[in-house]
Amino acid sequence: MDWTKIIWALLLGAMILFLWPRAKQMLKHSPKAEKGDWQAVLLPLAFVVGFVVLLIMMV
Amino acid sequence: MNRLDISAARSVESVLSTNKLIKNTYMLLSMTLLFSALTATASVFLAVPGWTYMASLIGSIVLIWFVLPRTANSSTGLWVIFGITGLMGFGLGPILNAYLSLANGPQLVGTAMAGTGIIFLGLSGYALTSKRDFSFMGGFLMAGLIVVFVAMLAGLFIDMPALHLAISAVVIMLMSGLILYDTSRMVHGGETNYIMATIGLYLNIYNLFVHLLALLGALSGED
Repeated sequence: MDWTKIIWALLLGAMILFLWPRAKQMLKHSPKAEKGDWQAVLLPLAFVVGFVVLLIMMV
Repeated sequence: MNRLDISAARSVESVLSTNKLIKNTYMLLSMTLLFSALTATASVFLAVPGWTYMASLIGSIVLIWFVLPRTANSSTGLWVIFGITGLMGFGLGPILNAYLSLANGPQLVGTAMAGTGIIFLGLSGYALTSKRDFSFMGGFLMAGLIVVFVAMLAGLFIDMPALHLAISAVVIMLMSGLILYDTSRMVHGGETNYIMATIGLYLNIYNLFVHLLALLGALSGED
C-alpha cells in the first residue's frame, strides 16, 4: 500500500477524533433554528449551487 | 448618568468593538491570502514534489491545533498565522502544477480563484448586511464535516471517482455554510479575537478553492 495513503488515513482519523467532542457539544448546545432561519441559509446556498453550475459550464 | 445612558453607552461600545473586529479580521485575511498566494507562486515555480502538500498540511494543522490557541492573544499570534497560511499556500504548489499542466489549466485555476472570491464576498457580505444570527448551524456544520472526513477516509481505499466528486460538492456547500456561520459569529460576539476569526475564514476560503478546482477539473473533461 502507498505510504501516503496511510499518512492521509492517520491525519483524517486524527481530525475526526479532534472534531468529535466539539461536534457533540455543538449539537447539544447550539441554539435552535427559529422560523425563517433555514430559509435565510438555503437561499444564498442555492445561489452558490447555481453559480458553481455556471462555472462548470464555462470551463 | 442614568440607566438608559449606561445601556446606550454599552451598546455603542459593543458596536465599535464589533466594527473594529470585522475591520481587523478582513485586513489580516487580505494580507494572509496575499502571502499565501506568494508562497503558492513560489512553490509552483520551484516545482516542489507531491508530498509537499501533505507535509505542509500536517505542519499547519499542528500549528492550528497546538500553537495558535496559545498565541492568539499576543502579537506572536500574527507570526503564527502568517506561518500557517504561508505553509498552506506553499503546499498548493503540486496541486496547481498538476492542473496547470492541463490544456485548459490556467483557465481552470483562474476560474476557481475568481469563483472562490465571488462566493466568499457574496456570502460574507450577505451575513454582514443581513445581520442574521447563523449560530444555529454550528452543530449541523460540525456533523457535516465529520461525515466528510469519514467519506474521505473511505475514498482513500475505494477507487470511486463519483465519491471524490460528491465529496468536493459537499465540501463546497459546507464551506459556504461555514462562511455564513463564521461571519455571523463576528457580528454577534461569538468570536472576539481577530486572529482566530481570520484563521476560520482563511480555512473556509482555502478548502472552497481546493474543492472548487477539483470539481471544475473533474467536470471540464480534460483530465
